Amino acid sequence: MATDIIIHDEKDNVGVVVIEKITPKQDCSCWIMENDKTVNIQSEDEIPLGHKIAMSDLNEGDTIIKYGHDIGKVVKSIKKGEHVHVHNVKTKKW
Amino acid sequence: MFTTLKQRSGSNMEIPKSFLGYKRENGRAGTRNHVIILPVDDISNACAEAVANNIKGTIALPHSYGRLQFGADLELHFRTMIGTAKNPNVAAAIIIGIEPKWTKRIVDEVAKTGKPVEGFSIEGAGDIETIMKASKKAQEFSMWASEKQREECPISDLWISVKCGESDTTSGLASNPTVGNLMDKLEPLGVHLCFGETSELTGAETVCEKRGKTPEAQEKFKKTWNEYNDFILKEATDDLSESQPTAGNIAGGLTTIEEKAFGNFQKIGSRQFVDVLTPAEEPQKGPGLYFMDTSSAAAECVTLQAAGGFNIHLFPTGQGNIIGNPIEPVVKLTANPLTAVSMKEHIDCDVSKILSREMNLDQAGDELIKATIRTANGRLTCAEALGHREFVMTKLYRSA
Repeated sequence: MATDIIIHDEKDNVGVVVIEKITPKQDCSCWIMENDKTVNIQSEDEIPLGHKIAMSDLNEGDTIIKYGHDIGKVVKSIKKGEHVHVHNVKTKKW
Repeated sequence: MFTTLKQRSGSNMEIPKSFLGYKRENGRAGTRNHVIILPVDDISNACAEAVANNIKGTIALPHSYGRLQFGADLELHFRTMIGTAKNPNVAAAIIIGIEPKWTKRIVDEVAKTGKPVEGFSIEGAGDIETIMKASKKAQEFSMWASEKQREECPISDLWISVKCGESDTTSGLASNPTVGNLMDKLEPLGVHLCFGETSELTGAETVCEKRGKTPEAQEKFKKTWNEYNDFILKEATDDLSESQPTAGNIAGGLTTIEEKAFGNFQKIGSRQFVDVLTPAEEPQKGPGLYFMDTSSAAAECVTLQAAGGFNIHLFPTGQGNIIGNPIEPVVKLTANPLTAVSMKEHIDCDVSKILSREMNLDQAGDELIKATIRTANGRLTCAEALGHREFVMTKLYRSA
């Protein structure tokens, strides 16, 4: 069963694109590795291989969860299906 | 409750309970049967290499250090030398140094394992006489070792170290979790496991600390990581935010240092570590997972883990690291479908089908267990077949 997006952990609010790219308004199949479940999402942006997509609406100050862990904070609000990267997420380390 | 890699019920593979290894005098088992010619210092390399060239079935382990080191750095040098020769993948060892005293210190420690070991010092004799004497002994050792047979050993005789390199998004997505899946399956069988890479855990250090099985282990981890971080803050010209993640990491989709660290951290599955080891230190607290304070440079890290007594190494790679080690076989896996094809001769286990969901983590973990056992039984790794013998000493600071 092919998949467009992989999500590590059920708690994660981002998934990772594993096809060459997804295009805006594409209906994508997401595989949650932890429990082998499938969920679907419609993308808002073009997102390349290896990059992240928001699985829910996120506000400034929210925490990004990947691998079930805190990997940074939202610095610009993000809508479900949008590209999540350095333009809207920063480390909490520095 | 720890996340992501709980063992699912999908796997039907029965995990092998044994492998074919070389039983050693001290009760350990080797996956290889090397006779090593180990120089104590840089200037003894020529002699060691001449002996290995004379006598078939031996390998020289040349390196760059061993003179005018002092303090903790000198102790690490000795620990690495002694640990390398003590490793159960080594049947017998010839130690060659310029001076008798340091040479003898290594020989005496290695002799405690009960394996054949003999030291030679060059001062007062010269290279040629030393080469002649050492070659005679090396011939004896090589012919003796060649009669050793592989015997059935319990799987708990496997001491497995891990470290990843040339990572990309496929590492955190799939190849590191595959190693984690293997750890989750093999730890209950009594194997020793080891992860390192202190620097690469930055961003996940507080979560990693909580994986310590005891308050002592947690405290030791915290102290080790803090010392590393203090060193970085002292030496660095910035806060690493410009270099971690790297520009290449960001282009590949990694956003923060935390994300990179948690990708790395997937290698230990849901395991807890029983103790924290100094570089090249041998575990003393029985089976289970250990954290070793190491550099994240591949050859340095594996050299230290081999010196800690680990007899087989698992190395997930994304873009294709090619590292090998002279005494500890390095099994490489990748989940990057391009690397699996373009660098096929370096990849022992291809788990790229995870990305297309043609394989789940459980199946990938099983494939890696199979590759690990085959290697332990004697199948050459890609790195061994290609002649990779990177033996790289870790140096803590400049010599006197």
